Amino acid sequence: MINELEVRIKRGGAGGGYEDFRVPQRENQTVLDVVTWIQREADPTLTYRFACRVGVCGSCAMTVNGRPRWTCRTHVSKVAGDGRLVIEPLANLPVIKDLASDMTGFFEKWQAARGRFEAAISRDDPLVPVSPTSPERREADAAIECINCGVCYSACDVVAWNPDYLGPAALNRAWAAWNDVRDGDRDGLLRTVGGDAGCGNCHSHQSCAEHCPVEINPTRSIAGLKRASLVALLKGGA
Amino acid sequence: MSIRLYLLQRVSAAILAVLVLMHLAVIAYAVQGGLSAEEILSRTRGSLGWGLFYGLFVLTVAVHGSIGLRGILTEWTRLGRGAASGAAWASAAILLALGLRAVWAVTA
Ligand code: SF4
Ligand code: SF4
Ligand code: FES
Repeated sequence: MINELEVRIKRGGAGGGYEDFRVPQRENQTVLDVVTWIQREADPTLTYRFACRVGVCGSCAMTVNGRPRWTCRTHVSKVAGDGRLVIEPLANLPVIKDLASDMTGFFEKWQAARGRFEAAISRDDPLVPVSPTSPERREADAAIECINCGVCYSACDVVAWNPDYLGPAALNRAWAAWNDVRDGDRDGLLRTVGGDAGCGNCHSHQSCAEHCPVEINPTRSIAGLKRASLVALLKGGA
Repeated sequence: MSIRLYLLQRVSAAILAVLVLMHLAVIAYAVQGGLSAEEILSRTRGSLGWGLFYGLFVLTVAVHGSIGLRGILTEWTRLGRGAASGAAWASAAILLALGLRAVWAVTA
């Protein structure tokens, strides 16, 4: 076992450079442990973001040896067999400082993709039952466990090329929302995701699905949105 | 691209797939016996069928090619969507004009 890791960290803002650290290697060490060690023991000015440390909150994503990952659940032994780590902020987002990306645009696109519920009835109306085995509920189930980490967004080439593209996470969320049969404006949602920034831009190359830490498949969700919006368009509804 | 353009691009691709195969098959068939340009023109001139066939060909090329160009421009250059759309419309107009002029020349 190597006793020290060679860690290269991106520092500063957009134009910043790299700084090297040597970090003691431990068993079952995660990439987030490494970053935390550096901040506590080597340089307290290092900026990064995390909250839960157990893969729930989605705030710790960074680029690790060139790939976007959730750092709190990424073991160093899995991604740096040779003891070398290069840690950078998530790609496709502006950098605030060091390893913290600005997620504002990412979340604005969730709103732009209409990834929220539009109520059709009021609280005084009786509840609408949704069977757990209905096809729509199953589709929603497959898409709903997203932890908003931004890993897929950072892994998507189309987001990098076309800054307007809503991206895999927002469209995956829109697919879950569209499959909620209680939603009051499902056609409106299709018109939104069928727009110039929407699902038609996806190249289906599955980088998002490959990298999603909770095994969501946004490519599949986006294919569902394409199908639904095409049907709506052909029926004259979109 | 919007789902409307997405649909147009797929439909034009499906039509083109058939037309291109027919086009190639006709070329292979026509040159077998060593047809001259005059002989070919004598068959295409005044033919409504060939006029419609290649008219549709030119139309689908203009639609498919310019939507593709718009996609490439938005993804590979810093052009905004407006400028990319402008370039796509211009390319569609040029393809249509050149193509229809050629169709007119051999079928009218
Ligand atoms: S499949 Fe679509 S959303 Fe996923 S990475 Fe590729 S282009 Fe982006
Ligand atoms: S779909 Fe997966 S990778 Fe994308 S934001 Fe949600 S959890 Fe993260
Ligand atoms: S810190 Fe919450 S998911 Fe990693």
